[in-house]
Amino acid sequence: MPYIPHTDADRAAMLAAIGITKLEELFDAIPAEHRFPPLNLPEALSEMEALWELQALASHNAVAPEYAIFLGAGAYNHYIPSVINHILMRGEFYTAYTPYQPEVSQGTLQATFEWQSMIAKLTGMDAANASHYDGATSFAEAVTVALTHHKQKRNKVILSPNIHPQYRAVARTYHQGNGTRFVGDKSGRATLDDLLDLLDENTAMFAVQYPNFFGQIEDFSNLAQKVHASGALLCIVTTPIALGLLKPPGALGADIVVGEGQSLGIPLSFGGPYLGFFAVREELVRKIAGRIVGDTIDSDGRRAYVMTLRPREQDIRREKATSNICTNQALMALAGCIYLALMGKHGLRRVAEVCYHKAHYAAERIAQLRGYHVNTRLPFFNEFVVTCPRPVAEINRYLLEKHQIIGGYDLSRDYPDRENQMLIAVTEMNTRAEIDALVQALEAAAQNS
Amino acid sequence: MTTQTAQAKALEPLIYELSSSGRKAETLMPKLDVPESAPLPAHLLRDSLELPEVSELDVVRHFVRLSQLNYAIDKGFYPLGSCTMKYNPKIGEDTARLPGFANLHPLQAPETAQGALALMYTLQQWLCEISGMKGCSLQPAAGAQGELAGILMIRAYHQERGDTRRTKILVPDSAHGTNPATSAMAGYTVVTLPSDARGGVDLDALRAAADETVAGMMITVPSTLGVFDENIQEIIKIVHNRGGLMYMDGANMNALLGVVKPGELGFDVMHFNLHKTFSTPHGGGGPGSGPVTVNEKLLPYLPGPIVAIVEEATDSEGAPRYGFVMPEKSIGRLKAFHGNFGMLVRAYTYIALHGAEGLKAISHHAVLNANYVRVRLADAYKVPYNRMCGHEVVIEGRFPDAPDIRALDISKRLMDYGFHPPTNYFPLIVHEALLIEPTESESKETLDRFIEAMHAIAREAREAPELLRSAPHTTPVSRVDEVYAARNLTLCCRLPSAE
Repeated sequence: MPYIPHTDADRAAMLAAIGITKLEELFDAIPAEHRFPPLNLPEALSEMEALWELQALASHNAVAPEYAIFLGAGAYNHYIPSVINHILMRGEFYTAYTPYQPEVSQGTLQATFEWQSMIAKLTGMDAANASHYDGATSFAEAVTVALTHHKQKRNKVILSPNIHPQYRAVARTYHQGNGTRFVGDKSGRATLDDLLDLLDENTAMFAVQYPNFFGQIEDFSNLAQKVHASGALLCIVTTPIALGLLKPPGALGADIVVGEGQSLGIPLSFGGPYLGFFAVREELVRKIAGRIVGDTIDSDGRRAYVMTLRPREQDIRREKATSNICTNQALMALAGCIYLALMGKHGLRRVAEVCYHKAHYAAERIAQLRGYHVNTRLPFFNEFVVTCPRPVAEINRYLLEKHQIIGGYDLSRDYPDRENQMLIAVTEMNTRAEIDALVQALEAAAQNS
Repeated sequence: MTTQTAQAKALEPLIYELSSSGRKAETLMPKLDVPESAPLPAHLLRDSLELPEVSELDVVRHFVRLSQLNYAIDKGFYPLGSCTMKYNPKIGEDTARLPGFANLHPLQAPETAQGALALMYTLQQWLCEISGMKGCSLQPAAGAQGELAGILMIRAYHQERGDTRRTKILVPDSAHGTNPATSAMAGYTVVTLPSDARGGVDLDALRAAADETVAGMMITVPSTLGVFDENIQEIIKIVHNRGGLMYMDGANMNALLGVVKPGELGFDVMHFNLHKTFSTPHGGGGPGSGPVTVNEKLLPYLPGPIVAIVEEATDSEGAPRYGFVMPEKSIGRLKAFHGNFGMLVRAYTYIALHGAEGLKAISHHAVLNANYVRVRLADAYKVPYNRMCGHEVVIEGRFPDAPDIRALDISKRLMDYGFHPPTNYFPLIVHEALLIEPTESESKETLDRFIEAMHAIAREAREAPELLRSAPHTTPVSRVDEVYAARNLTLCCRLPSAE
C-alpha cells in the first residue's frame, strides 16, 4: 500500500501489544451491519499511471500560453516570478500546520507578520490579518466586523452594484441566518449618490469596489465623510496590483479594506486556492476574525512572533466567536509576501504601469473598430467594458475557435441589461502581438455575423 | 514593534530591515511594447509605497532561512491530534501544477475546461461513494466552511417546510470549537450536550434536549476524544424522531475510510477535510478544502455551482459534456469561483493512487498506530478513555506526584526530543489534554521513539521538573511570551526610518 511503512512483523507486534489478532478487531465498536462496506472506486494506480491520467485531464483544458487570455473579472493572469514556487515547494513551509507551537514555527509566523505588514502598507491601513479564503469571503467577514462593531444593533448593509457579483453573493450566503439586509445592488444601475441616499442610522456598512468590477476608478474623494456621518463603516474592496499606482483605500477613509490577493504570485488554478486579504483601522483590530500574528520576545529576550488575540477565535470562544474560521490560506499568503518582497517598492509600481498602458493601448485600438464601443467615461486601470455588435458568447466562441483567444467576461451573465457587454482585462502577460491579434479578431468577429 | 522587540536580537531580520533604498530585484518586467498612454490624473495616484527594496538573492536567502525555523512533516513526526498530519505525497504537488490546471481561468467557458470539470465531477462521485451520500459540493474552502454549508442547508430544509420553530443546534461538549461557532454564525442557539463516562454522548441529556425546537445536531465520528460512540445509531434516531437533521463533522474521517459510510449510519450531511483525510498539504495553516456530501433530503440545497453531466456521451468511446449547475434551492455560493481547485487535484491524485483497498488500509493502519501508542503510554500517563480508540488517543498531561507540570510543559519538552507536540488543551473536557494522532504513514520505529520520549519526559517530570518547565531548550527560540504579544500589540512592522 502506498505510504504505509508497516511490515508484517510490525503489524503482528503491534496487534499483540494491543491484545488482538486481526486489524479488523480494531473496529468492533462500529455497528456490524455497516462495518466494512464495499467501496466502488477504480483500481489503485501507480504513480506514473496517476500522473498520465492527470496529464490527460489537464490536456483537455485550454490555457495560456497556447491561448491568449483577456479574461479577468476577479482572477488575473499575471507573471509569477520563479523564486515563489521554489520557496513554496520547501517542505518546511508547505508540510507544516498552523503555528500553534511558536517555538518550532517561527518561519511561518515571521512570514505572516511580514505579509500583514506589507498589506497594511499597501492598503494604507493600520493592521491586517493572516488571510481569509479568498476576496469574496474576506468581504463576507467584513460584514461581520461591521455588524459586531455596531453590537448587532444595525443590520443594513449597502452594496454598490459595482462590487464583484460573486462577492455580493457570498456575503448574502454567509449572512442569510442573522437577519442582515443587503440593499443597493438590486437594479445594477444605482449611482454612488443613489447609494448614499440609502444611508441611515440602521446602516452598519457601506461597501464599494476600487477599481470597481468594471475596471473603473470611481470618485470616492468625499465618500468616507458622508458614510461616517451616519455612523456606518466604509468597506473598500480592492485589488493589490492597482495599488502599485493608486492612492491607497486608507487614504480615502476606508475602515475595512478587503480583496483578492491572487494577483500576487498565485496561479489561476481554476479559481483556487486564492488569498483573501483583510485590513482595518486600529480601533477595529480586536473585532476581526482569523489568525493574527504579533511580535513578542522569548524567555531569553530574543525577538519572536506568535499568534495573538487568540481569545477572539472559535477554538476558545466557541459559540461566542464571530466567525468559525480556523485554517486560512497561509501558504498563499507566503506566496503573496514573497511576491511583494521581490517586486518591492519599484517593481509593484512598474507592473501596475505596464498593465495600465497595455490596457489603454488595447482599449484605444478596440474603440476604433466599427461596431464596438469602449466605455471611457471614468478613468480605468487594466479592465474596461466594450459594447460589442453581437452577443459576447458568440464573439468569444469565434475568438476561441478561430484565433485561440480567450475573450473577456460576458457581463450579461450577472447584469441582464448589459447585453453585448464584454469586460476585457489586460495584464503584463499580454504582448502587443496578442493585443493586436485580439483587435483584428474582434474586427473579423463583427463582420462574420 | 515595541522598543523592546525592535532592539531584541532577531534570528532573522524582517524583510523590511534588509531593505536598502534604491535596491531592486527588477529583472522581471519586459520593456513596454506599446506606446505609453496619458497617465492617470495625479490626484488618483499614491505618494509613496512602503514595500521593501531588496535583491532577488536577499529574498531567496531570507525565506530559505525562515523555512529552516519551521518544524514540518517532512522533517519529523507531527502527531497533532485532530489535524491528520500524514505524509503529503510529492506527486500531488506536480499534478496540481500541471499547466493545464494551474493556468486555467475560473470563468472560462466550460467547453474549454472539460478536463477540470471531469476531475471535479469524478471527485464528487468518489466522495459520495466513500461517505455513502447522494450529492456533493466541492465549494467549501475549508472544514469550517463545510460546516457552515451544512448548517445553512439544514436551516434551508426546515424553512422550506415552513418549520420555523427550530432554533437550536445540539453540540456535544467534546466538539471542535468550529461546531458551536458555525451554529451561531448560521443564526442558531447552541445547546451543549455533556459526555458520559465512556466519552460518548450522554443519552439522557440528549433525550431531554431533543425537542421540536432542535434543527439538528453536529457530531464528530469518531469523537474528538478518539472513541467511536457505540450509541451512534441511537443518537441519530433520537434526533431524527424529533425532526432534526444530523451533521457529521468529518475531521476524523481518517479512521473511517472503507470502515463505515456515514450516510449508511443515517447522517444527512457531512464535510470532508481534504487536507486531513486525503493528504493535501496543510501549508502552514491553509489552504484547506472542505467538500460537503448530503443525502436525498438535502440535495436541492447544496452550495453551488456544482459539476454535472449536461450532455451524455453519444457513444461508448466519447466523453460526456460537463458543466456547472446551481442546485434548485441552493443556499448559494460560499466563495468566489469553484472551491480550492488545486487541492481538489491533489485529493483526486491521492485517491487514484489508493483505490478502495488502499483507502481501507489507511484507516486500518491509522487506527492501529493510535491504539499502539495508547497501550504503550497507558502505564506512564492517564488515558481517560482507555478502550479501543479511533485514529487518535487523548491522554492527560499531568502527574499527581509532579503537581507543577502541565500538558504545555510536556509539549514543549517533546520538541527537545525532536517531535512536534500533540494538540494540547483539546478536547476541553479532558484535564490537561494531549491529543495524539500518529497517522498511518508513521512506522513502528518512529512510534517507538516517540513513546520512549514520552516515558523519558514522564520520568523527568518527577526527577527534574525544571527541565520541562523551562523547555524547549533546543528550538530556534525558547519559550515564547504570548502574554507580552497580547499586551504590547504589534501586528506589523513600524520602521522609524521608513516613515
